[in-house]
Amino acid sequence: MVIPIRYTLRNLWTRKLTTALTAGGMALVVFVFAAVQMLDTGLRATLVATGQPDNILVTRRGAGSEISSGIDRVQASLIEAQPEIALGPAGERLVSKEAVILITLPKRDSGQATNVTTRGVGETAYTLRPQIKIVQGRAFRRGSAEIIVGGSIAERFDGASLGAVLRFGGREWRVVGIFDSAGSAFDSEVWGDADQIMQSFRRQAYSSVVARLTDASAFDAIKARLDADPRVTLDVKRERSFFEDQSQALSNFIRYLGLTLSIIFSIGAMIGAMITMYAAVATRVGEIGTLRALGFRRSAVLAAFLFEAVLIGAIGGVAGVALASFMQFLRISTLNWQSFAELAFSFTLTLEIALASFAFSVLMGIIGGFLPAVRAARLSIVDALRTL
Amino acid sequence: MHFFKLILRNALRHKLRTGLTVLGFVVAFLSFGLLQTIVDAWYAGAEGAAPDRLITRNAVSLVVPLPLHYREKIRSVEGVKTVAAANWFAGVYQEPKNFFPQFAVDPAPYFSMFPEYRIAGDEFRAFLRDRKGAVVGRKLAQTHGWKIGDAVPLKGTIFPGNWEFVVRAIYDAGEAKTDTSQFFFHWDYLNETMRARAPLRANQVGIFVISVADVDRAAAISEAIDQQFRNSIAETLTETEQAFQIGFVKQTEAIVIAIRIVSFVVIFIMLAVMANTMAMTARERMSEYATLKALGFPPSYVSALIFGESLAIAGVGCAIGVGLTFPVGNWFAQQMGTLFPVFEVSGETVALQLACAVAVAVIAAALPARRAARIRIVEGLRAIG
Repeated sequence: MVIPIRYTLRNLWTRKLTTALTAGGMALVVFVFAAVQMLDTGLRATLVATGQPDNILVTRRGAGSEISSGIDRVQASLIEAQPEIALGPAGERLVSKEAVILITLPKRDSGQATNVTTRGVGETAYTLRPQIKIVQGRAFRRGSAEIIVGGSIAERFDGASLGAVLRFGGREWRVVGIFDSAGSAFDSEVWGDADQIMQSFRRQAYSSVVARLTDASAFDAIKARLDADPRVTLDVKRERSFFEDQSQALSNFIRYLGLTLSIIFSIGAMIGAMITMYAAVATRVGEIGTLRALGFRRSAVLAAFLFEAVLIGAIGGVAGVALASFMQFLRISTLNWQSFAELAFSFTLTLEIALASFAFSVLMGIIGGFLPAVRAARLSIVDALRTL
Repeated sequence: MHFFKLILRNALRHKLRTGLTVLGFVVAFLSFGLLQTIVDAWYAGAEGAAPDRLITRNAVSLVVPLPLHYREKIRSVEGVKTVAAANWFAGVYQEPKNFFPQFAVDPAPYFSMFPEYRIAGDEFRAFLRDRKGAVVGRKLAQTHGWKIGDAVPLKGTIFPGNWEFVVRAIYDAGEAKTDTSQFFFHWDYLNETMRARAPLRANQVGIFVISVADVDRAAAISEAIDQQFRNSIAETLTETEQAFQIGFVKQTEAIVIAIRIVSFVVIFIMLAVMANTMAMTARERMSEYATLKALGFPPSYVSALIFGESLAIAGVGCAIGVGLTFPVGNWFAQQMGTLFPVFEVSGETVALQLACAVAVAVIAAALPARRAARIRIVEGLRAIG
């Protein structure tokens, strides 16, 4: 025989303040748990969206990031000549030889000097990155000191709005367009003509070479050939996994710190649930005796009290996830340690995160409510009834 | 006297509940203390900076180098005492996760500017004599078990190829904030090797570290240096070492702010737990409070009892939490190795922990205390827990 759910619900309702405080503590833990995962998911989503599945990105072997890489012109043309590289409509090879440097710009709100990735690209860059759309102004003209900036840059940096002039590399560069890159890391970049940028910085070598493959499965062949070629020392990666790797350190940091904190904080919330449930049992000893005398089994009493704790957890879980869902309106920007440049990303709530957070909260309820429920179930009928 | 005895007896009446609440406090205040210390560690580099040191870098950004011949030009600027070239090396020791800062420096001038790196005289001379020699921090040497004379191979990222070094000296911290997780070697070794491997990348310097004779003139000297190179191929930006370090921290500030916010969330979680404990306790004892009032004790006495109990529980929990912050912090710092070069629980952190404990205790007791003080004797005597 099962104790009616109404009994549990009315118990929670009678002690509104206690229920609210206990669930509130849990909601805060769930909030931290969910927010951290949302941040990590947002960061990964941004960097995964940056790479196209059938593009490769080549850097100097062991460089790890584009800014520490260098590929001279001979090596770059060797890559360009590989047979796996797709051709564009006009028969041109879909290869963009890129020069990546960092420039420092002051942020609009704080004036803080911040590293911004500046990418000199080849002519085929827009074909290679179809997610790039010019939303204001126009594309830069090749052979001129014109640049276009990502949406996040235009928004957060003073000198980077449409028509503004940036000074770097001993030249003045005019912002002629603003582009949107569908939530990828390019939103935090400045783009210009590769040759112009290399000239201004007296650079002889490109930073990376991006190319479209005829087919995503051709990757192993081109990688094997370039790895075996003694004339070059290069790292060939799929563009998507290259950018994913760029977020590894930051993502691990966020995830491990967040998980550790959630677990430590949950101890506090579970203690809260335990205190509440012990008190609930202590004040209802007579009731428990009556229920047992009426024929409810120990297991039914155990289930009823455990269910009460689970319900508190569930309330906390729903409140916590609801609170965390507001974080989606927030956008965060920080230095990515691996690319050494500013990266903007947002909190992304997925169904998995919502469910995991809810389950985490229910679990806190179960762990916090278990011992008190056992105590309730183990009361002997005679002793319990004596307190009435 | 009776007052305190009453508080003690009240607190110990529900031993399990009080014990659990204290345990909650310990966990919450321990994690709060550790998080505050992590935030402090983030700023440690900036606090260890000396006011008489300036850093000159390329105005475009830190990753764009400066020509070597700038060294002589900077030295000739009036007020400049010493100049040393330095390059961020970013080599990998065995695995990328073994990260530690590595710099190629002009040894003699560089170490003369950093007296807080304590090096034994004979070890330093041995380092100067060995082209492949390296000076490593005590903490770094302990982390990887290096001794004087050990070979350390690094795999270059910015500077390609494999590089061989020999540990010739180990430096100790001269001050509490000194970072002993760094690795220094000869700038000339880097430059000569690059000249052989990639001639176009030779004679390029990451930053110049400068010391000035007169601290008060630091701003004017910075301006004079940058003026020298205005409208040249590589314009410079000179700032104090502290501003340079803070520039790094500021760029990752979003993370620091998030950690700070999260550290206060745990205080709020504890507030919810504590408020619940006090509300339940007071509710159960309403008839006793009414009895006290019936005996002639003023309402303020009754509320003082509740506040006292709350403060006592919070005080014990917080004291244990603070006490544990130090050993747990030490353990944490050891586990993290060189990730947090300076990890020390500050007096401010402890003060903040105490202040938060008092605030939690007072806020948690406020509502029950008000109710107990206001309750009418007849109602209170009728109340059952």
